[in-house]
Amino acid sequence: MSTDRDRPSSPPGRRGTPLTRRTVRWLDRRVGAAGMARKALDKVFPDHWSFLIGEIALWSFVILLLTGVYLTFFFEPSLEKVVYDGSYEGLRGLEITRAYDSALDISFEVRSGLVMRQMHHWAALVFVASTSAHLCRVFFTGAFRRPRELNWIIGVTLMILAIVNGFTGYSLLDDQLSGTGLRIAYNIAISIPLVGTWIASLFFGGEFPGPDIITRLYVIHILLVPGVLLALIGLHMGLLVRQRHTQFSGPGRTEGNVVGERVWPTYLAKGLGMFFLTSAVLAALGGLAQINPIWLYGPYEPADVSTASQPDWYMGWLDGALRIMPSWELRAFGFEVPNPFLQAVLVPTITFLLLFLWPFLEARVTKDHAEHHLLDRPRDRPVRTALGVAALAFYTVLFFAGGSDVLAVTFGIPINVLFPAFQVLLVVLPAVAGYLAYRLCKELAQRDQPGGEHHAREVAPPAPDSGESHRRDVAPDDTPERQPAAEAGGKPRR
Amino acid sequence: MLAARTCRVVAAGAGASLATVLAVLTGVGPAAAAEEGHDDPLGYVVDLDALDDPAVVAEGRRLYQRGCVSCHGADGVGAPSGPPLEDAGAASAHFYLTSGRMPAAVPAGAQPQRKRPAYDSEEITALVAYVASLGDGPEIPRVHPDEADVAVGGELFRQDCAACHSATGGGGAQSYGRIAPSLMESTPVQVAEAMRIGPGQMPVFGPERFSDEEVDEIVRYVQFLQEVGDPGGFALGRIGPIPEGFVAIVIGLGATLLAAFWVGKRREQSHDVEEGSA
Repeated sequence: MSTDRDRPSSPPGRRGTPLTRRTVRWLDRRVGAAGMARKALDKVFPDHWSFLIGEIALWSFVILLLTGVYLTFFFEPSLEKVVYDGSYEGLRGLEITRAYDSALDISFEVRSGLVMRQMHHWAALVFVASTSAHLCRVFFTGAFRRPRELNWIIGVTLMILAIVNGFTGYSLLDDQLSGTGLRIAYNIAISIPLVGTWIASLFFGGEFPGPDIITRLYVIHILLVPGVLLALIGLHMGLLVRQRHTQFSGPGRTEGNVVGERVWPTYLAKGLGMFFLTSAVLAALGGLAQINPIWLYGPYEPADVSTASQPDWYMGWLDGALRIMPSWELRAFGFEVPNPFLQAVLVPTITFLLLFLWPFLEARVTKDHAEHHLLDRPRDRPVRTALGVAALAFYTVLFFAGGSDVLAVTFGIPINVLFPAFQVLLVVLPAVAGYLAYRLCKELAQRDQPGGEHHAREVAPPAPDSGESHRRDVAPDDTPERQPAAEAGGKPRR
Repeated sequence: MLAARTCRVVAAGAGASLATVLAVLTGVGPAAAAEEGHDDPLGYVVDLDALDDPAVVAEGRRLYQRGCVSCHGADGVGAPSGPPLEDAGAASAHFYLTSGRMPAAVPAGAQPQRKRPAYDSEEITALVAYVASLGDGPEIPRVHPDEADVAVGGELFRQDCAACHSATGGGGAQSYGRIAPSLMESTPVQVAEAMRIGPGQMPVFGPERFSDEEVDEIVRYVQFLQEVGDPGGFALGRIGPIPEGFVAIVIGLGATLLAAFWVGKRREQSHDVEEGSA
């Protein structure tokens, strides 16, 4: 080894060339990627902190992959029974499945197994949370408009897959909580009219709890969905690079350019910084905050159930929908439509269908089919903003309804008061929140109008202390004299 | 610029401290060791041998006339505001008095809450002796959790107790504002008594359901839940995904958003521009 390492430095002519440069040159002669790399590194990304939300999701996913690979070394997806003889006293001597047994071993015997498990779980929760936040950012700024409809669809698909993979992971460990979740999933499946029992039986390998379910969930959780996620994330980012990132309008920013920082060195450093900061947050949570203590929940027994059995937060809105739905009995074509079908199948189907179709629906209604590379400010699109806020209010109510029993105990409110309250709120709150958002948008937009309250400040040259004010560019987008170079000496706009 | 950065760092620090405070506030510490005294780890409190002493019963009657009669009626016959105690027995009296639920601080019909006992150990002995003398109620159960198998107790607990008290013993919601209380402060004797007498909405788990040995096993498991630490860190109340989701969104997403704000907000003096073909 040492001779290999010494060799390159021995010819006198190469002595002065740094190792990095030689490595890159060596690679370029064989792969010829210098041109591509040059182009990629020169790529300009617009700078706004909200454009980094997607990166939180990306880096959470990377942490999920890293910790997940570690966990697969030790997890055994099998329902075969073994006698627990590990170090946790509360379960010793019980007959449990290999899946639960190996999850307990990861928590108590495997070196750094528990912190890996906890980081994995926290990363999953933050992954879906940041994906949702990213979706909100894209929605409220209109970044999904032509030509980015396709990337919006990929993004929504990514979110669905993130939720699906979260649920399969939660269901894998065969503890009391995961089994209860699967029991609900099974019942939702059989609630589908006509085909429900077939679907459930095919997927679970028979009557609940089917013998095959854990093995199947495992393949879905560690191979199928992550593979698709990885491919789609690649596509998502590839399209982003190809189509250029959107930017907020401002001095020197036009539909035809991108004002910001080049990948090398600035944006790459920022991205790396985000990776380290996201990892730090997830590692801190994984090391400090206990999540999913499966040893306390015990092994899954179909006859047992614990109170306060909740899904992870991203399924909370579905659980809430199941909880607060009135017990209506619907009949269609002479058949009973099982009650859970409406909330647990139709609600998510309609939700994601609307999300998928939103760019096209909006283009059709507004008759705006033009390309857009400049982002909207939410206040400039009051109807879209109001609808988005109303939808968020709707799902937030469902989400809190999913924790109704915990809310009842924590705040001492009878559950029989909470349910009707949530039913009313589900209708009233979106309307109120949407109306308020609409009024707020109108008001804020009015302030920006010429002659508006703050107009004088808007057009005034930047005062030394106006760095944080929301000054809008009043010049036409393509005015040639307002080049970024002219802005460079001025104060930052935002 | 420096000031702005300092502000941001302070904000981040404040966020982190808030996180810690929240975790501490919502966390369940190691279960409180029985405050009743180290020589009474099972929580008997009373002098079991004195319960048949007529002098003690007489003293109990005196205390009863002063503090209990207005709701439970003369000689425990019951009144509109309180149930009769004729067959409540030593177990019921002991359970309600040692857990501080009696005398109740809430109106009749509402669920009495656990609080500091109003009477001291001698007074409770006297009251228990008096209530026991009124009729044929169950005696204070003798528990031997040290000899019981904790894992078997766990199985029984998940079968018959977790549905209301939750698998972690943290308690849960019942209908119409009732709650199944947390068991984190229950003494072994109180757990056994609750099973035998079925206070409030709780069913009675009599000898035909759980033998004395099984009661001991369940009592041992509750003790274990109180003692077992949280190897994963702050326990977040041991109530599962709701606080976990709260932490993930407020602290996890919140901190990473702060990071994005911090990283994204800092600007170079000059900008790069890429002209596109659009």
